[in-house]
Amino acid sequence: MLEHLDALLLARLQFAFTIAFHIVLPAFTIGLASYLFVLNTLWLITKRQVYEELFDFWKTIFAVAFAMGVVSGIVMSYQFGTNWSRFADKAGPVIGPLMGYEVLTAFFLEAGFLGVMLFGLKRVGHGLHLFATGMVAVGTLLSATWIIAANSWMQTPQGFGTNAAGQFVPLDWWAIIFNPSFPYRLVHMVLAAYLTTALVVGACGAWHLLKGTALRRSATMFTMAMGMVAVVAPLQIVAGDFHGLNTLEHQPAKIMAMEGHFESHPEGRAPLILFGLPDQQNKRVDYAISIPGLSNLILTHSWTKPLAGLDTIPDELEPPVVVIFWSFRVMVALGMAMLLLGLWSAVTWWRGRLTTDRWLHRAAVAMGPAGFLAVLAGWITTEVGRQPYTVYGHLLTADSLSPVAAPAVAASLTAFVVVYFFVFGAGIFYILRLMARMPAEAEEAELDKGPVRTAGITPGPAQGNPQGGSHGH
Amino acid sequence: MGIDLAFIWAFLIAFAVLAYVVMDGFDLGIGILFPFFREKRDRDTMMNTVAPVWDGNETWLVLGGGGLMAVFPLAYAVVLPALYIPLTAMLLGLIFRGVAFEFRWRTERWLPVWDWGFSIGSTVAAFSQGIALGALIEGIQVADRAYAGGWWNWLTPFSVATGVSLVIGYGLLGATWLVFKTTDDLADRARHIARRATYLTLLGMGVFSLWTPLIGPHYLGRWLSFPAVIFSILVPLLVLVCVAVIISGLNSQKDLHPFLASLGLFALGFAGIGISFYPYIVPPSLTIAEAAAPHASLAFLLVGALVLIPIILAYTAYAYWVFRGKVRPEDGYH
Repeated sequence: MLEHLDALLLARLQFAFTIAFHIVLPAFTIGLASYLFVLNTLWLITKRQVYEELFDFWKTIFAVAFAMGVVSGIVMSYQFGTNWSRFADKAGPVIGPLMGYEVLTAFFLEAGFLGVMLFGLKRVGHGLHLFATGMVAVGTLLSATWIIAANSWMQTPQGFGTNAAGQFVPLDWWAIIFNPSFPYRLVHMVLAAYLTTALVVGACGAWHLLKGTALRRSATMFTMAMGMVAVVAPLQIVAGDFHGLNTLEHQPAKIMAMEGHFESHPEGRAPLILFGLPDQQNKRVDYAISIPGLSNLILTHSWTKPLAGLDTIPDELEPPVVVIFWSFRVMVALGMAMLLLGLWSAVTWWRGRLTTDRWLHRAAVAMGPAGFLAVLAGWITTEVGRQPYTVYGHLLTADSLSPVAAPAVAASLTAFVVVYFFVFGAGIFYILRLMARMPAEAEEAELDKGPVRTAGITPGPAQGNPQGGSHGH
Repeated sequence: MGIDLAFIWAFLIAFAVLAYVVMDGFDLGIGILFPFFREKRDRDTMMNTVAPVWDGNETWLVLGGGGLMAVFPLAYAVVLPALYIPLTAMLLGLIFRGVAFEFRWRTERWLPVWDWGFSIGSTVAAFSQGIALGALIEGIQVADRAYAGGWWNWLTPFSVATGVSLVIGYGLLGATWLVFKTTDDLADRARHIARRATYLTLLGMGVFSLWTPLIGPHYLGRWLSFPAVIFSILVPLLVLVCVAVIISGLNSQKDLHPFLASLGLFALGFAGIGISFYPYIVPPSLTIAEAAAPHASLAFLLVGALVLIPIILAYTAYAYWVFRGKVRPEDGYH
């Protein structure tokens, strides 16, 4: 029994580790693919060289991040079977086809057109190249849609029955895909991806503005990114609030843990605990700093409606409170910081000082990784908050595990940790170095001539390779 | 009705796996052949022949794996734990060789690291896939809807032999791909390697065919039953035809023929394995019908697959067409 528990814990650690490394990459590439499409479109419409240069600059970074996202994603698609085979057997009939559609509609689309986007401009011309960039961006969004549908079904499952073998049998695909938490989670995640990318692009632009390199490009990307933050950060907070209310309805235990509400408040006036040290064993929050009644107001939009606490949940079905309590606060704090950055940028822009306010630039650099941290904190909140289930209310995590021996899981976990830190550490280093190196030469020429109307967009004929006959005939 | 869909799906999954084997086979082969080409210039060119398409090639592996979970969840749940160690090794290998496509252009000092990562990663991935195949043929024990064997059951002389054979086979695909896509000295050396790899692959297929009936006598029964027996007679002949086409193509500078004929070798070998397995999906424990997902799962994904797979094949073909022609050292994409 003890050995079984060990394997369970190790398998959970392995999933948490590999998904945490993976999720930040799509969060970045979803946003960056859309940004590249915008840059490519602006370049073709305005014919301004700065957009072409920015496209080329971010394209290379996208390629590195995308390659890491692909290989870490393949690991995920096999881990359901290696470590979680009982889950795969039972839930495969429902979430398997959703992931199948992700492969068919999204992965092939991204992969098929990525090569053309990265290497094919001279061969296909500008129109088809823009189309390829668009297809890559659409692919990333479709991918997010399907995988969020699968994940949301695990959180708020519906539309299924059970057969004699204990498998979940799909009864209504519409209900399965559009399960109660899906629309909220999808919006929250896509906005998070856009925010994450905007913060990275903004930090990169701010860095170069501070250093005084390539000012035109730095200013352009910084302005675009901060505009995005100013618009999306408030939207994201609204979306997050709706998502939270949806969770309260369908997974109340998760909200109780996020709020640190060990006790029920039958007469309402549940306090909003800003900080404190939750103690799940003794069911209390030590050193709590709280605002009376505010949690009630946020969650029920009323001071006096009753609000249940974890005392209504059997102990063995409670999620781990400490983790969720903190991860939720980290996410919210980062979200508030993003909102402030967006407001500050808007005010500075209004005063015409967006590209010269050095304190704003320093703040933007500091906030560069904030999106990644918020994404991780948010996913920890929602996934740990689903515990002790894999399929909420229907399949316990402990019943999802493969019949695996702890040493096998420990060995593979060690291998993944070593390889991921080595490989993705190198990848992050290369991405940072690519961001730090912005060639300045073309910049000067452009400043001299003003906006270049023709350079770079000469529609090269779709290159019918003169040696095209070399197909071995 | 449900049974019919299961067989259609067995065919589609087999198709995805074959598509993976031949497509990622040649780009894994490029990595396997890296040690034979020491010059950076050659390696750049070799990498550039597959850089625009490798990601799409590898997606078929995700379709094979993800599709298996969707339509044969029980097979997925049994096979993956049984092959825990080789599959983990494969995933780690694929990580190294996948990132190498981008990383090796981003550094000079660490170029050897990513060159080795590409080469060893490709070889480990290929070897692991061969081991997985061998272990599947030898059979996987199932009890109570779960894998019931040990963690090292996959490691046998037979599975090691299939692992080595697949590395050689992918090497052949890589070499004939290079003959097709490169020029001059690089292509000449690829021809030389392709010739040797052809004979070694033929040897591997021969050993495999003689060894398999010793592993499981029922396989021999399958081969000699009607109508499979027609195929059993035809396959060796067609294999020899493919070998002849490869060798004559290499000798007469018909650069596409060896690649197509080596794809043919893989298709023949794959069909032979398919016939041996039928009607099992996990021999000798689970038949296709037993492992199939509920009808609603099969039908829902089949609609998408029948519409989308032709579209995927069309734009994949387009991507190959865009990057057609010989790749020369001077016109690198990076």
